[in-house]
Amino acid sequence: MEISNWIFLAILAVALIAFVWSCRNKFRLLALGKPEDRSGSGLKRVWNVFVYPLLQRCAVNPFYRFGINHAILFWCFLVLLLANGEFLIHGVLPGATFAAMPNGLYFTLAFAFDIVSILALLAVLLAVSRRLFFPPKYIQARSKDAFIILGMIATLMIAFFGSHSAEIALGEVTAAKYMPVSNWIANTFMGATAESTLEIVKNVFWWLHAIVLLSFLNYLPYSKHMHILTSIPNVYLRNLTGSTSPKREEFKKGNTFGVGKVNDFTWKNLLDAYSCTECGRCSDNCPATKTDKPLNPRLVIHDIKVNLLKNGPQIVDGKPVMLPLIAPHHEGSIEEDVIWDCTTCGACVAVCPVFIEQFPRIIDMRRHLVETEGKFPEELLGFFENMEQRSNPWGITPGDRAKWATGLDVKMFEAGKTEYLLYVGCFGSFDARAKHVTVAIARVLDAAGVSWGILGKDEKCCGDSLRRLGNEYIFEQMAKDNLKTFQAKGVTKIITECPHCFTALKDDYAQYGVKLEVIHHTEFINNLIKEGKLKLNPADLGKTVFHDSCYLGRYNNIYQAPRETVKAATGKAVVEMDRNLERGFCCGAGGGRMWLEESRGKRINIERTEEALKKQPRTICVSCPYCMTMFEDGLKDKNADKDVQVLDIAEVVVKALKK
Amino acid sequence: MLVVACIKQVPDTTQVKIDPVTGTLIREGVPFIMNPFDTHALEEALRLKDKYGFRVAAITMGPPNSTLTLRKALSLGADEVVLLSDRAFGGADTLATSRVLAEAVKKLGEKEEVVMVICGKQTIDGDTAQVGPGIATRLRYPQLTLVDQIKSVDVNTKKMIARRKLEGHHEIVEVKLPVVITVVREINKPRYPTVPMRLSSEDMPVTTWDNKTMHLDETTIGLKGSPTRVNRIFSPERVKGEIIGDGLKNPEEAAALLANKLVERDIIHL
Repeated sequence: MEISNWIFLAILAVALIAFVWSCRNKFRLLALGKPEDRSGSGLKRVWNVFVYPLLQRCAVNPFYRFGINHAILFWCFLVLLLANGEFLIHGVLPGATFAAMPNGLYFTLAFAFDIVSILALLAVLLAVSRRLFFPPKYIQARSKDAFIILGMIATLMIAFFGSHSAEIALGEVTAAKYMPVSNWIANTFMGATAESTLEIVKNVFWWLHAIVLLSFLNYLPYSKHMHILTSIPNVYLRNLTGSTSPKREEFKKGNTFGVGKVNDFTWKNLLDAYSCTECGRCSDNCPATKTDKPLNPRLVIHDIKVNLLKNGPQIVDGKPVMLPLIAPHHEGSIEEDVIWDCTTCGACVAVCPVFIEQFPRIIDMRRHLVETEGKFPEELLGFFENMEQRSNPWGITPGDRAKWATGLDVKMFEAGKTEYLLYVGCFGSFDARAKHVTVAIARVLDAAGVSWGILGKDEKCCGDSLRRLGNEYIFEQMAKDNLKTFQAKGVTKIITECPHCFTALKDDYAQYGVKLEVIHHTEFINNLIKEGKLKLNPADLGKTVFHDSCYLGRYNNIYQAPRETVKAATGKAVVEMDRNLERGFCCGAGGGRMWLEESRGKRINIERTEEALKKQPRTICVSCPYCMTMFEDGLKDKNADKDVQVLDIAEVVVKALKK
Repeated sequence: MLVVACIKQVPDTTQVKIDPVTGTLIREGVPFIMNPFDTHALEEALRLKDKYGFRVAAITMGPPNSTLTLRKALSLGADEVVLLSDRAFGGADTLATSRVLAEAVKKLGEKEEVVMVICGKQTIDGDTAQVGPGIATRLRYPQLTLVDQIKSVDVNTKKMIARRKLEGHHEIVEVKLPVVITVVREINKPRYPTVPMRLSSEDMPVTTWDNKTMHLDETTIGLKGSPTRVNRIFSPERVKGEIIGDGLKNPEEAAALLANKLVERDIIHL
């Protein structure tokens, strides 16, 4: 070992210690989070790591074509990990080099490194130009952080070529002819250069490479590129339950309710914050962000991270925290307006390449505001009181729940005599428009000879809005009341009218250890059609667009059943809106937003109605009473309610029923 | 120092139906709630507690199931609650009710100085608005009805400044403590019980005082102490009104006709 090796060893040691120290400081803060079990399903988890990060399924997305550039950089990075590993070891031990391996292997590696380096350089240049010249709107494209990292990667590649071509020109590289780029540079620019100059060039580039590489390593933990370290574990630890339902809370004295400070989150929530790549896809799909509201899911996650980094060390040392988690806007704090803007549509979670769970964190903070502080938008007070006292949002007499069935031959559910419970829900029971949908469902069920009944005044609200608004305490009372009724009446099979009731009964209630067979009317009717139990005469509804309900689509992966049903009932496939299926845009009413004023930004239902109207439909088909209300309001607002009708799937089918 | 909020558990009148045959209220299955005006009375007491550090007692006279409403008061932050319940108190009109409530305030005052008694302006079942003033009279306290703002309370000089909401104008009054006030809805927005408060109030006691505790002369309370006699309860018959214009065929014209009539009768001014 020469003196230069010793110097490099010293620098390397300092850099590595600094890196480990930074990582330790960051990762020990995760231990401040509350416990959460993400064990089990090991094989599935490994498979996810293979598919999402390694095959880059995370980045490559038909709607984000530039993701392919990330994939190229990532794969280059994997190959160059080897090259840089050798670089560091070789810098200390001159004898330890790939050149010492058998020629075949060495030449292959040399070729790979050379090609991959030029690819990486091109990908970086492309990324820089994109950020400079055609920046996407949904991120702060021209961020310092991004240019620093891209600059470092570009410098690394240039240094790689600089030192290798100088070595080739010096005749020190046996694999020269297998390194097309370096060889070309050596032959074109360094052919006539003096040996002493080449030595200098080689050394300058070598040290440049060394310093930038170690700086890069030490910059990572302080930048968004921390995701290089955290995103793979985050994918491994992703939620595999298939449900984004909030967790139950234990209502015991002395417990905290919801999240009011950063260490009330779980360790996995905190790891999420460390894993954000700032790609902005969540913002690009968030109905609140897209309609100019204060909420931006990416910034929520960012603020959690900033808050943890600021307060974490204080909490570790047992000192008071510096930065409140929920407070008027300041980096690292989240505004109350932001927390109330969320529709819990789930688009952020669905689109996140590294499986961050953004909107459930908003529900955590809503719980704190509602349950611990009793702070929420004014209009919710009446809603909460109505729910608690009368188990419906409007405070209507519970005894009027079955009024929609007046004059119809509707049976009360009775175990043994009726097979299915039709769980009508608050909208279907009380809302003037949704009551027509309930009647339509009743007609379809009767036409198919299904044995069904209702609970009438014994039915209570499912509690979905309460839960998503953070009022878990009253939600739990309702869930328990409903489950008690189901048990007492022997209910096991339930058809729901509303996707929100559907999700609540199926996923939320399952947390109480009760397994119910719950099906939404869309799927149920589609099954009846497939089984040939409904005789349909295609009805002409004109051009029909279909709007995916978030709680049916993203929450429960039901995309085809409504489309097949409309096709069967109208003889024509639905016209798709620009944003559909997993990318379907929310109507604006979920997450309890139905009961809140929408005073900030453009109204979400107007945005979605305009999107539907672009297709010039005669019918907008929905599968949820919330969406129904939002579209009908939107059409009135756009003065289009005379030309365009909004129909529920069940109403579409009724129009096709053979008399 | 104690602020006493008088609250009443009432049937939710929005849920009450009238028996078409007998014309009486069907009480069965109707949920009970805290009288809406009293929620503002309790809230104002709690705000005084937050601001001046007073203790808050909530009292109610009613059947044993009124504990539900008192529990709610505890979950909202009342420090103690007293249920005045005895068969002898039953059937009381506003005079007999105010006697029992006034005696209860006196009894609370034996342990701790009472600075204020706050009532809702009226209940939604009786709608008399007499109990608050009745309590003031029995206690010989000054009374301010229809308060929509408490501007300041000074415990040293024993004075309070409050604003009353009267028809078309406000009245700002300085008054000596202790005082009985009745409040209107505009005075505040009631809070929502937090979960920690709900949980911790579960173990708090609801004190019940019957007449063995109160020692009131049975001829002055309950049905016996109530001079009010109810002769008949009936729904006023609806007199057929005048139909103006045709709102279906020509809504604009109908609206204009209606507006003219209202102006003619001096009900609205344009």
